[in-house]
Amino acid sequence: MMTNPANKPRRHFLGRTGAGTALLALAPGVKLVDLTLAKDEDEPASDETRWGLLVDADRCTTGCRACVSACEEEHALAKTSRTQLDPQWIRKVDLVDESNDRSVSIPLMCQHCEDPPCVEVCPTGASFKRADGMVLVDKHTCIGCRYCMMACPFNARSFVHEEVTGQKSYSPRGKGTVESCTLCVHRVDNDRTPACVESCAVDGHGALTFGDLNDSESTVSKTVRSQPHRELRPDLGLNTGVRYRGV
Amino acid sequence: MDKIRYQVLAGTHTGYRLLLWLLIILIGIGLIAAHHMETQGHWVTGMDNRVVWGLPHVFAIFLILSASGALNTASISSVFGRSDYQPLARLSGLLAVTLLTGGLAVLVLDLGRPDRLVVAMTYYNFSSVFAWNVFLYTGFMLVVLIYLWVMMTPQMRGYVRSVGVVALIWRLILTSGTGAIFGFLVARDAYDTAIMVPLFILMSLSLGMAVFWVSTLTMCRWNGYRVAPELSEKLRRLSAVFVLGVLFLMALHHLTNIYMAHHQGIERFLLVDGGVYPWLFWLGFVLCGSIVPVWWFLDRRFCTPAWTVTTALMVIVGGLCHLYVTIIGAQAYPLRLVSGYRVDSGFYDGEITHYLPTLPELALGIGGVSLALLITMLAVRILPFLPTVTRPLPGSNQG
Repeated sequence: MMTNPANKPRRHFLGRTGAGTALLALAPGVKLVDLTLAKDEDEPASDETRWGLLVDADRCTTGCRACVSACEEEHALAKTSRTQLDPQWIRKVDLVDESNDRSVSIPLMCQHCEDPPCVEVCPTGASFKRADGMVLVDKHTCIGCRYCMMACPFNARSFVHEEVTGQKSYSPRGKGTVESCTLCVHRVDNDRTPACVESCAVDGHGALTFGDLNDSESTVSKTVRSQPHRELRPDLGLNTGVRYRGV
Repeated sequence: MDKIRYQVLAGTHTGYRLLLWLLIILIGIGLIAAHHMETQGHWVTGMDNRVVWGLPHVFAIFLILSASGALNTASISSVFGRSDYQPLARLSGLLAVTLLTGGLAVLVLDLGRPDRLVVAMTYYNFSSVFAWNVFLYTGFMLVVLIYLWVMMTPQMRGYVRSVGVVALIWRLILTSGTGAIFGFLVARDAYDTAIMVPLFILMSLSLGMAVFWVSTLTMCRWNGYRVAPELSEKLRRLSAVFVLGVLFLMALHHLTNIYMAHHQGIERFLLVDGGVYPWLFWLGFVLCGSIVPVWWFLDRRFCTPAWTVTTALMVIVGGLCHLYVTIIGAQAYPLRLVSGYRVDSGFYDGEITHYLPTLPELALGIGGVSLALLITMLAVRILPFLPTVTRPLPGSNQG
């Protein structure tokens, strides 16, 4: 049977349209596959993973608070009656090198230490470290003694001084308990990145890289292995999960 | 020699009744303050996310240290066999229990979630000094109650020394644990040193003696007897030695810090230009709370009960100043977040934190002290804690 050359553009059109339709039809399925690959709720964290965050101070700009705003929005962290009482899960800190007056700006949050002083001092074990390196607070067993805040070398923990409203179900908060950066555990357990990291990428600075420090193929692991970086208080030997470049 | 008799306090003294009512009122105010802090949240205090332990902790630790130190007289009597201390041994044990009760009440009511006390009693993280202290405090109370029981039960006299030894060891571990709460805080330049442990032990001996003096001499007056001059003289010298000991270890602590370059900032802040803290340290603790009391304790011109109570009160005030500087001053000074960098942020990093205690905090602290005194006063009305004579039994070394 002879092919009519006049039908060629029509066949191309139909082919492309069909492919596009198939893609649209399959895409949700692909997404569903992604979701099925996400962690089961009952699946425990594994010590084969060590979640970490690399902050590139050369990319982080003074005055940009995208990460802070994203955190506040993600966890419904509202302002309080006094600035000193505001929840500070992540804050921007300006640093000036005392030797040459060079300025840099960095986000500072819980450093998710391998040997966290807050966990060691907590009398009830409410402060704990997951097998994958995340340092968290169990709001049900925190008695609000604030010893962890005394022990944290980074002032990275906040005490809830007032009644809180509008809490997110995945990020419970409670008056009289201590809280800090959760590394957005609810997102990470669903194969997403923390809100601050996502926001920093969207904002265009790309100063935050999140990933598995134990995975030699992850970007964060490769960067940590290949480029100079530091912990904020290396003298304390905490082996923090958050590392800084350009500081 | 006279035989030692103990009796309950006759409650007809006007001073006793007035003080009793005053203490009840102060406890009531303290409870209202605690309720206010719990229902409103800690925003009603002067504490914030930088100064997280405020005035209630100063009172709580003062009472806990005093509790351990108040047992000095009983320990000397039972453990070291000094029978001349025996008449005051029961009162010494009683004060140890009541002061600890007051201190723990303040500590618990200052928690963010005091309603979760049962959690603190059922969930333990044994790497935490705080968790050890839960056992040390409750255990101390139990040991001293047993100690009092064997002292007050004639059939149990044979066990007084053994239980006294356990109580002595326990109290040393207890104050070590309290000192370790601070000594193990590696992130803060003002702490992070093992010297906090012996320092707190000596503070307990000094403060405990001071509280013991005030309580004993006041109740002696109500009870109408006089502490034997020889015993009084010994105890006064002992008090002076303890105060000097605290001063020595404190000097050692600060000199060591000054020697280390990275601790010089906090030392300058606490001792020279830190606003209220240098004043409290030099004027409150060193001069009024140490040097003058040592002089008055050792000078026989000041050996009357009134002068002794005054001197002891100065040691107490000096001790509170010392604890205020140690606990709050150390938090007011900014942390070294990043070595080699000056820091600045919207969270007041790199800045001094200004802490001003509020009335609820003060009321809670005073409420705790009042609770300790009230229980003491009621106990001496119910059980025979007070001696009628202070002269020792011949050859006796039991409490």
